[in-house]
Amino acid sequence: MSETITLVRSRPFSPAILAKFSGGIILAVLLFFLVLPTLIVIPMSFGSASYIEFPPSGLTLDWYGKFLTDPAWISATLFSLRIAIATTVSATIIGTLAAIALVRGDIPGKSLILGLSLSPLIVPQIIMAIALYLLFSPLQLTGNFFGFLLAHTMLTVPYVVISVSAALQRFDPILEMAALNCGAGRSRAFFEVVLPQILPGVITGAVFAFVSSFDEATVSFFISGVGGKTITRKLFEDINFSLTPVIAVVSSLIVCVSILLMGAVRIAQNKVTS
Amino acid sequence: MSSVEVTDSARGTATRLARRTLATGTAGKYPPFLTVMLLLPLLLILFFGFLYPVGRMLIGSFFDPDFTFHNYIRMFTEPLYVKILARTLWIAFVSTMGAFVLGYPVAYGMARASGSVALWIGACVLIPLWTSVLVRSYAWIVLLQRNGIINNILVESGIVDQPLKLIYNNGAVVVAMTHVLLPFMILPIYSSLRSIPKELPQAAANLGAGNITTFLKVILPLSLPGVFAGSLMTFILALGFYITPALVGGPQTLMMATLIGQQATVLINWPFAGALAMVLLVVTLVLAFLFRRVLSAYGGFGSV
Repeated sequence: MSETITLVRSRPFSPAILAKFSGGIILAVLLFFLVLPTLIVIPMSFGSASYIEFPPSGLTLDWYGKFLTDPAWISATLFSLRIAIATTVSATIIGTLAAIALVRGDIPGKSLILGLSLSPLIVPQIIMAIALYLLFSPLQLTGNFFGFLLAHTMLTVPYVVISVSAALQRFDPILEMAALNCGAGRSRAFFEVVLPQILPGVITGAVFAFVSSFDEATVSFFISGVGGKTITRKLFEDINFSLTPVIAVVSSLIVCVSILLMGAVRIAQNKVTS
Repeated sequence: MSSVEVTDSARGTATRLARRTLATGTAGKYPPFLTVMLLLPLLLILFFGFLYPVGRMLIGSFFDPDFTFHNYIRMFTEPLYVKILARTLWIAFVSTMGAFVLGYPVAYGMARASGSVALWIGACVLIPLWTSVLVRSYAWIVLLQRNGIINNILVESGIVDQPLKLIYNNGAVVVAMTHVLLPFMILPIYSSLRSIPKELPQAAANLGAGNITTFLKVILPLSLPGVFAGSLMTFILALGFYITPALVGGPQTLMMATLIGQQATVLINWPFAGALAMVLLVVTLVLAFLFRRVLSAYGGFGSV
């Protein structure tokens, strides 16, 4: 038996090995295609030339300095961060409450409400962007923090509803019943029994809400204003008008934040399942 | 140790108590008033942030200022707009096909791999999914532009004398959109491949089928629900793309989303923008409906 194995191994052009080998190469090329256009912005952000070149002829941190000392970039970054944090809080609370009602509630038409709450994921973003722009511009709400909070909460709440519903379906309602029967009030039963059990779903939803709000570009593009511009709106404008390496810096920061948060969610979920 | 016992006995009591409540028929259900209160914030956000603005815009498409179908007649009679709708559908279709051809092997490899290899493949799929569309579109500009990376490689290796015009055309839009959409194709196919019982391909092999026969007759048909789900999701998303075509496309690659944006903000023709939005929405909803029908025909969302 071992002889046959060595025999197969010693024949480099055996069809099975060749198939496996070429399959591996195809897969590697496809994975390269997937990640290259995402990660290539990172080495470019350290390039010393004042235009985009690859590979960079020299390395420098100048563009990071330019980003950190440019008031327009800093105010756009802070504006986006403020919106993303506020959106995360509101979408997580609203989505968690709604998911509980949709999974456990006792009212007719639940599937209709579920469908409605997920519809911002299906309706093209350009339609929501233009509709909100039409609503906001006469009210002077473009570039307004609360306008963004409303829009981004609407856009990100479906993620929270989905992930919290999934967590609730794995959670045994009998435990909550027991807490209620043992004399705990609804809110005490929720905070001490239900919430700890569904926490991974809540955290996943919250992180997804944060990243989608911070990254969101189409709606932000239309409802930004002179006074309030998100980082994605500023990025879009600069890509169209001045392709300096500062754009690579901003892109790299966005990529790193996304990857770090993605890793954090994975670790949180592993801790719970192990 | 003792705490575990306490928890276990508590759980036992809890279960007994709950059984008693279950018998009354309202177990685990939140009362209607509380349910409505919990749903209220969501319904308010959806009304003011979604239903009211979108509804107002769509209704506005029928008034100019009196009730009229003028905007819809214009949309379907002026060759330019019909052409833009056709181009949008065509680019979405080609990008979906591209995502299928490139995505299926990745999903297959991810489903077959184990341990750290599967983890790495998963990371390669999820990193782009989690990264802004804007950043990835920018990266494609860097790759495809006149003095970009691909042109530098082609010129320096002597394959071409002059840099090629790779960007601001339909091809660039399709390539960048395919890349952005790939994870949405890979993940559903991956889960349908994962749900195929391992015994089935083994049985096929035992009955004498080769690798290719097993793939074509067993694995591919069983993964079709994932392929349909991924394709329709990709297609629906592709129809509404704004950022990528706006950045890597040129004047000749105008699509529905860009046209809607132009009509609303540059030409300030709200009723016509509303009519275009309605057409795009109806196409999307018809596809989403088909999506559900196809899924239920193949065993529902559970199979995907």
